[in-house]
Amino acid sequence: MQLSREELVQAFRRMCTIRAFEERLHDVIATGEIAGFTHLYCGQEAVAVGVCEHLDNEDKIVSTHRGHGHCLAKGCDVTGMMKEIWGSSEGLCKGRGGSMHIADTDKGMLGANGIVGAGAPIAVGSAISQKIDGDGKVTITFSGDGACNQGTTFEAMNMAVVTKAPCIFVFENNHYSEHTGFEYAVGTSKDIASRAEAFGMKVWRGDGCDFTSVYETMREVLEYVRAGNGPAAVEFDTERFYGHFEGDPQNYRGEGEIDRIRETRDCLKIFREQATGAKLLDDKELDEIQQAAIDDVEAAVEASRAAPRPQPDDVTKDVYVEY
Amino acid sequence: MAKMMYRDAVVSTLHEEMERDESIVVLGEDVVGGMGTEGGPEAIGGIWSTSTGLYDKFGADRVIDTPISESAIMGAAGGLALTGKRPVAELMFADFIGVSLDQIWNQIAKFRYMFGGKTRCPAVLRMAYGAGFNAAAQHSQSVHHILTGMPGLKVVMPSTPEDVRGLLRTALRSDDPVIFLEHKALYGVEGEVPDGDYTIPFAHARQVRSGEDVTIIATGLMVGLAEAAADTLAEDGIGCDVIDLRTTSPMDEEAILDSVEVTGRLVIVDEAPPRCNLATDISAIVAQKAFASLKAPIEMVTAPHSPIPFALELERAYLPSADDVEAAVRKTLSYR
Repeated sequence: MQLSREELVQAFRRMCTIRAFEERLHDVIATGEIAGFTHLYCGQEAVAVGVCEHLDNEDKIVSTHRGHGHCLAKGCDVTGMMKEIWGSSEGLCKGRGGSMHIADTDKGMLGANGIVGAGAPIAVGSAISQKIDGDGKVTITFSGDGACNQGTTFEAMNMAVVTKAPCIFVFENNHYSEHTGFEYAVGTSKDIASRAEAFGMKVWRGDGCDFTSVYETMREVLEYVRAGNGPAAVEFDTERFYGHFEGDPQNYRGEGEIDRIRETRDCLKIFREQATGAKLLDDKELDEIQQAAIDDVEAAVEASRAAPRPQPDDVTKDVYVEY
Repeated sequence: MAKMMYRDAVVSTLHEEMERDESIVVLGEDVVGGMGTEGGPEAIGGIWSTSTGLYDKFGADRVIDTPISESAIMGAAGGLALTGKRPVAELMFADFIGVSLDQIWNQIAKFRYMFGGKTRCPAVLRMAYGAGFNAAAQHSQSVHHILTGMPGLKVVMPSTPEDVRGLLRTALRSDDPVIFLEHKALYGVEGEVPDGDYTIPFAHARQVRSGEDVTIIATGLMVGLAEAAADTLAEDGIGCDVIDLRTTSPMDEEAILDSVEVTGRLVIVDEAPPRCNLATDISAIVAQKAFASLKAPIEMVTAPHSPIPFALELERAYLPSADDVEAAVRKTLSYR
């Protein structure tokens, strides 16, 4: 670990915030208090944070239906997001988007997306915009092993190569596209990065459960792309702790699988072992950070419960800028 | 005033607007043409010659020749528009919304709403539409009725070079996504074009002929049929109020209702197939809001409920004609 103490604290805090946010939602959704489809990011926190810690507000990201982690890592407000998922008019998108459509363009977050594979073409457009501006900024599109099978992702990879756009395709391989295994659905290559390589991109691979691996890999990827070498791709092997959506019975999981990945592949545990092993942070400090994140999320939940609801008259607002 | 072809109205307006506004970026298949060939770039300038000279003048950053990847073209337009650019993305044929509709319908049209009004998505999506070229079932369709029903999109269907220039300027200065439908059979048509930097607002219909007996509503290529029918009918002393809607979303409802209030008889001409099209939409509006003014059933002149055929005779049978419009007018006048 070559990060400063401050950087480590911030990264751990962000990962803990995502974990607490998702765990809390998991509990609340089970009670029926909030509506809609929710896809939790638990298990993959090291990817979102390891990527986004390198970015500022002018760097853009395009996210997925499993987008809470990306949003939080990119700096979206915890309470604004929770209120959005609650459907409040004070939510980040005034209750119009919900879990699958959270966006905050001021933070460079161009939207979670309910359509698997839809994000990559949008990211290429954003990256072309950055290339025109010539400011060394990049756009990152997160895709899973599900989206890597969509034609839109193929089109976007080729278009990024052709236009030399500073677009980075981050593939989070959590081994499940919805309820179907990676081994079945991703053809013969058994590897996403090699697909990107075939499109003419330089590719990297990393361990998505190890923050250090993600962070250091992304340092190299970003150096390469910011230098004007065109797009790049990186595949992170990671784990999904919960189902495809909340309510998914997960009867397709192996016996003891979830316990095993929580025991051996939990990015928070791995981070803790590395940080304490290198004597950079101690357990007490880490516990405090974790508790502060849980407290923040709890405050966001309470604020969301008390937040105002949208008015029926607002239903047709903001369809257009000009009517 | 100057004479100009419809296609030249497109390309000249793009030239002028790109000079005026640096944020405008053009992208699409063969909008430059000849990239990666011995013949060099600028071999094509768009298969409809609607981007001629743009690459030479504005360069590769602002005139982007894309692979044949319609989803990526539309998606990139969305990404450009979300990040401060004004993309003009060309779909070579409007029929290709079939392979790119998610980006148009689920993404571009909805960004502003889904994101709580925080964003603008000023993308202009130009597409050539319409039958009459023996281009058969996948290169001839009218798609305005499909796109008009999608909240978040504005849909423009110019019928003259003058309107192309005025409406395209408005589209390029709008902060909302605009579908700009150019009829293939109109590209070579010449018309008078006013001088100066004029714009034509959306939802502002054009009165093509004025008359008190029957209202005829049309868009795009159908406007010419309505005009021709009106001229023939005028010889028999029948006065037709011909209205070119110019835009179908937003739509100038007031112009329709005002005219029907005077005439009490309505003929709608639509190049789309008959179910759930613009004609049925307008019929519903008139039935709901001007029922008491109607003196006869509403007549709809549309394409049939079939794919577009290839053979000359079949395509002629498919497309509405001026004779069809004239017959519809006579039918509504003969009612009681």
